[in-house]
Amino acid sequence: MALLEVEDLAVTFHRRGTEPVRAVDGVSFTVAEGQVVGLVGESGCGKSVTSLALMGLLAKRGVTVTGSARFEEADLLQMSPSSMRDMRGARMAMIFQDPLSSLNPVVPIGLQVTEVLQRHRELRGDKARAEAADLLDRVGIPDPTRRLKEYPHQLSGGMRQRALIAMAVACRPRLLIADEPTTALDVTIQAQILELLKDLVAEEGTALIMITHDLGVVAGLCDEINVMYAGRVVEAASRRPLFARPVHPYSVGLLASIPRLDAPRGEKLTPIPGSVRDNIAWADGCAFAPRCTHAVEACVEGPPELTRTYTGHAYRCVNPVSREEAEAVAAPAVLPTPSLTEATPSEEESS
Amino acid sequence: MVRYIVRRLLQLIPTLFGLSLLLFAWLHSLPGGPEAALLDVRATADTRAQVRRSLGLDEPLWIQYGRFMKRLAQLDLGDSFSTGTPVVEEFGRRFPATVELTVAAMILAIGLGIPLGYLAARRHGRLLDILTVSGSLLGICIPIFFLGFLLKALLAVKLGWFPSLGRQTPGLDATRVTGFYVLDGVLTREFDASWDALKHLVLPGIALASIPFAIIVRMTRASVLEVLGEDYVRTAEAKGLRESTVRRRHVLRNAMLPVATSIGLLTGGLLSGAVLTETVFAFGGIGSFLAEAISNRDYPVLMGFIMIIAVLYVLINLAVDLSYSLLDPRVRVR
Repeated sequence: MALLEVEDLAVTFHRRGTEPVRAVDGVSFTVAEGQVVGLVGESGCGKSVTSLALMGLLAKRGVTVTGSARFEEADLLQMSPSSMRDMRGARMAMIFQDPLSSLNPVVPIGLQVTEVLQRHRELRGDKARAEAADLLDRVGIPDPTRRLKEYPHQLSGGMRQRALIAMAVACRPRLLIADEPTTALDVTIQAQILELLKDLVAEEGTALIMITHDLGVVAGLCDEINVMYAGRVVEAASRRPLFARPVHPYSVGLLASIPRLDAPRGEKLTPIPGSVRDNIAWADGCAFAPRCTHAVEACVEGPPELTRTYTGHAYRCVNPVSREEAEAVAAPAVLPTPSLTEATPSEEESS
Repeated sequence: MVRYIVRRLLQLIPTLFGLSLLLFAWLHSLPGGPEAALLDVRATADTRAQVRRSLGLDEPLWIQYGRFMKRLAQLDLGDSFSTGTPVVEEFGRRFPATVELTVAAMILAIGLGIPLGYLAARRHGRLLDILTVSGSLLGICIPIFFLGFLLKALLAVKLGWFPSLGRQTPGLDATRVTGFYVLDGVLTREFDASWDALKHLVLPGIALASIPFAIIVRMTRASVLEVLGEDYVRTAEAKGLRESTVRRRHVLRNAMLPVATSIGLLTGGLLSGAVLTETVFAFGGIGSFLAEAISNRDYPVLMGFIMIIAVLYVLINLAVDLSYSLLDPRVRVR
């Protein structure tokens, strides 16, 4: 049985005087024990909102969350706020995007680590401090005892992200959600942080949901990948099939847009035309249709169904990309079990 | 740290020098003179000239100023024209009243303002928030003398809960130690005297607190609203911390930074005299005495009081800056 089963998750934001916004619109995916699952898509596709909804961190007012998210026998979306509080930080934890703003500037790093230990593991005083130093050491922060007394502004960007990771893994959660954990970091540090995450989940058998817009990160880390567009999963597959033979025109577009080192000098990048704002409601047809090079009449005649192949590859498209076409863009981009330190820098993507 | 404090204190010297020049020039350019207050309107020109001479006002201004500075260097601020008592003594007698009143007002303003501001931010856009915001607007708008008379009429005259005038019930034989009546009562174990003085503080305290309260409520509310949207508060929530821990450690601690600064400045403002409140409640602090001194053209009192207040203001600012560096590790004093 899967550790987390998200079924038909939808999040709608209401604001007086404006149309409600459906940020997440029927997302379903599963995460097995110890599995690394990627949620990929460009800014505004609903990947962060999905994670915040799972963590119960969305505002209480003006937000409607529907669907279900079964985690360890319980539905996260039905849980009382106080049981969610007990769950967060202990059974499931989250790592955020910008490590500087995600750390409290006026509280020492040590206290920010020990407060989790005290809350969920009842560790106090010297015991908590020793455990905190141990955690910092595990995430690769040198001289941890000294660092405990320091404030976030005294640490480098990579250190801060390591500290945030230490806080997230402090109680050995079963599920870790990492929301673009490397976006604010420079490329070499990115690779180190990804390596660290990979080791941590492997050691503890923690499941990881990796939220990113960076296909390089996904290629090096994820077992299963969900490509999201305008609040829905448009393609879901394991890493190899997705990179070897993408089916949805959006995934193909994403792969084609990666700048490549082997491209001839002066060759232009291949963008996806238009922007995320050029979409139509899923109820009327495929939201990607206005930007899609493969769009046909049928695309705007109704919401496209999710098609599942017998290999587990799923896509939401009425006119999928043909094998030849997909392989033309995908083949060179496939990274045969890439070593992260090599793969990530070459996949440097502007966010 | 010590070097920083010393440097800041040394900066006082040019500040005070400039202030004394400006003040002196301003005072002596005012029409009329202290003799008008000391003498009857029917006094002859001769008598006036005599009084001016006896006060040393017939000499050229620069000599008068030189004399003032010479005395100041010996920490002597001269004698009051109207009472004949040394200015320092007059100040010492009245200042405790002002301090007591200021402390009472700030305790009220902070004690109510911060919790209310926090709650308003937490209930952003709901009834409590709207009431708090409009109530604090009223607090800023309502003239103090009107509020003072209103409080007196209602709580003192009509209901008789609190005394309406002065610092202590006349005839109450209390021992004086420091001049701070509430403290004196505690020190001499005359607790009824303390209680009496406290009751006298309530109404002027409320009147004086109205403006700082309104400012603190609004600043706290705005600041908490801002902090609630910060990423680190979300991180704290993601750690599953108890609501009280999130509130205390992650929201209030950060939200208090700007509020602390304004509390310091407000306190300085109140100390420099709450003329209206002191007048309405006949409280006898430095504010009402200063107002009197202006109409009497009592140059030594005005010069002396304003110089002392300037020093206090600088000291309070220094204290605010120092406390800021304790609250926010990113600001370290060098």
